[in-house]
Amino acid sequence: MKRSTLALSAATFSTLFLVGCTSNATTADGEGPIPVSSTADTCSVATNEAPSGTVSFTVTNDGNDVTEFYLLGEDGLRIVGEVENIGPGLSRDLVVLAAPGQYQTACKPGMVGDGIRADFTVTDSGADLTPSGPLAEQITAATTAYTAYAKDQAEQLVTDTDAFVAAYVAGDDDLARELYAETRMHWERIEPIAESFGDLDPKLDLREADLEPGQEWTGWHRIEKDLWPPAKGYTPLTQKQREEYSALLVADTAELLERVREIVITVDQLGNGAKELLDEVATGKVTGEEEIWSHTDLWDFQANLDGAKVMYDLLQPVVVQQDPELAAELDARFAELQALLDQYRTEDGFVYYDQLSKEQVKELAVAVDALGEPLSRLTTTVVSVS
Amino acid sequence: MTEDVRVTAENSSSRLSRRGFLAVAGAGGALAATGAVAVAARANNASAEASPAEQAYPFYGAHQAGITTPAQDHLHFAAFDLTTDSRARLISLLQAWTIAAAQMTQGQEAGQAGAFGGAYDAPPDDTGEAAGLPPSGLTITIGFGSSLFTTADGQDRFGLASQRPGALVDIPHFPADDLDPARSGGDLCVQACAHDPQVAVHAIRNLSRIAFGTAAIRWSQLGFGRTSSTSASQQTPRNMFGFKDGTANVKAEDTDVDSQVWVDPAEGPAWMTGGSYLVARRIQMTIETWDRTSLREQEAIIGRDKRAGAPLSGGTEFDEPDFNAKGRGNEPLVAETSHVRLAHPSSHQGVKMLRRGYNFTDGNDSLGRLDAGLFFLAYQQDPRTSFIPVQTALARSDALNEYIKHVGSALFAVPPGAADNRDFIGAALFDLGTAQ
Repeated sequence: MKRSTLALSAATFSTLFLVGCTSNATTADGEGPIPVSSTADTCSVATNEAPSGTVSFTVTNDGNDVTEFYLLGEDGLRIVGEVENIGPGLSRDLVVLAAPGQYQTACKPGMVGDGIRADFTVTDSGADLTPSGPLAEQITAATTAYTAYAKDQAEQLVTDTDAFVAAYVAGDDDLARELYAETRMHWERIEPIAESFGDLDPKLDLREADLEPGQEWTGWHRIEKDLWPPAKGYTPLTQKQREEYSALLVADTAELLERVREIVITVDQLGNGAKELLDEVATGKVTGEEEIWSHTDLWDFQANLDGAKVMYDLLQPVVVQQDPELAAELDARFAELQALLDQYRTEDGFVYYDQLSKEQVKELAVAVDALGEPLSRLTTTVVSVS
Repeated sequence: MTEDVRVTAENSSSRLSRRGFLAVAGAGGALAATGAVAVAARANNASAEASPAEQAYPFYGAHQAGITTPAQDHLHFAAFDLTTDSRARLISLLQAWTIAAAQMTQGQEAGQAGAFGGAYDAPPDDTGEAAGLPPSGLTITIGFGSSLFTTADGQDRFGLASQRPGALVDIPHFPADDLDPARSGGDLCVQACAHDPQVAVHAIRNLSRIAFGTAAIRWSQLGFGRTSSTSASQQTPRNMFGFKDGTANVKAEDTDVDSQVWVDPAEGPAWMTGGSYLVARRIQMTIETWDRTSLREQEAIIGRDKRAGAPLSGGTEFDEPDFNAKGRGNEPLVAETSHVRLAHPSSHQGVKMLRRGYNFTDGNDSLGRLDAGLFFLAYQQDPRTSFIPVQTALARSDALNEYIKHVGSALFAVPPGAADNRDFIGAALFDLGTAQ
């Protein structure tokens, strides 16, 4: 909140850590978060003034209705920051980066109407705040570009799935095995988007271990098991079954494309998506659980990493301005993980996962965690701009 | 054999208190002076500790201790497989365990000669590492797995198949279960809970030693940091996700203990009257990815405020969640897929379990991540109407599933308590089988 605090944080921690420190601080001398009490008819903000920089409020709902708290621009329209859905009796923190100027605070008990407003002044602390205008434009550009990327990947997925299915139905298992991992990469690159369709995800990507009793197993991994059958106790699918599962895969993938064409990506989805892709790697791929029959986990690994990198690259200009240290760390960690993965490239793609040694798997896991941790700060860094 | 054990029981009136050892030793005369001094020093340290350490819960009673007993801070849990087909040996084991458990829970040394007495050329009865330590609230709770009655291939090793309770089912496979057979099941279980981990470990160690030749440990689990309060006098602790856990737990003081925890006598079998069913699940948490998740998402997944433990619909920790409360966009404040909603009694015809779980961290995995999680322990009247439907709902939709994995599972019938040192845990089961 003070310039010195900001400088220290820039030297050692990211913005998020600063926020963490601030919100834990005590409020005795006005240094910590500003207490706000929201009731049915009052919105008492402990002070109507704060120095520019990171400004924190701890909003306590002392009323009986769900409430919201806003920091608005001088015009009373532009939302600088908000916390919503604060249940009665609960407290929640609002942390914003505020430039000097006039603002309004507003509590909105019952979440309707204009709210109970008051003027709020942010004095000039001398803290170096980046102007938000151009950044906001960069963010819009990033989300637009990502929406186009997701559509492109979904389209390629449809085309490649058709080719894969054709080989599988025709009984050309060698070709189908060859196409399997490459085709799935289009899915894995946009996995957080694809997974946001809760009904399509299990139809297309469910693993056998995750089946519910009575649930029919369809999709990629059903066919995977048929192409890389276990040595014992497996009954191959009949031609008729092959055709049925293939038709379902094609239809569900077409449906996916239709829906991806409709979506509008927001900046927080972009920031979270990158982190989720790394989580996918950390929990599914690095453990070798995703492709338990084909062992093509490294293709998925690469595709998840591609997807995360695309998201990050689009946001990178914003991160550079907001938190240059985070940007530098992310650039380095992405490069490190990619270099590690490149060691396992072969002519046809990658080494099969069951051929990696324990030490190699651990090395990958450690690099995934090293990237995942700073990547989890991406969303706050870019969302605080908009 | 049975008679031998009973003789021992009566002789055990000459009990050796771990704390009162010096007096006994003094009377006995010539023990190595240095050893006695060491014990005295430890005893003095222990006596300076707070009162929970001095707590001794009665072992004998209508119900086994360690269920509604206020949850202690440490756990050592072990599942055993019988290595014999002899019914007599099984009975002897249960008798010997009963006596040793009664001694240890009272802060006494196990066996007649204790940790330092007996023949000089024989190993001591008690392993000794708890000498000088107070009772530490130790409870020892013994249960029977379904394989005691019928093995997986249908064998009735001990003539007990007809006594298998209907509620002692085989737990179904839930979606995303990743169970390790080596961490699941077991013919017998022993739950040792204490305020001092050394006392809990000492209990399992001595009971497993007594069992050599009759039963061997199949798997065991150490737990630290209780994750449930079983008494209204206790603060709700936090699990490894950093959230208060088991707020809505059945507590010893609750009027519904009889209807939720203890077996309904009308349901039977008669030998289980006063008993309960224990579900044990080793739930691994991927805490590394959880720690990277925003507070907003963490709270949305659990359905509670992280700081205070209040439901997101508002109020304080012990207020009931209001699942109809809506927030922005008319979305429920407590999400449909949140843990608290899916697990809440109101979603399951009011059934509750008495949870008694512990946090665990068993070192790390081969990926350099902490092997951490929750060792879930829950006592209930009938798992068919409590754990199984609740876990079915959780396994299907719980938003938390992304961060947890069930890797071990077991269900045990926990018989009523033993009345006194002539009785033993599970005696009624055998009385019904053949006349004793």
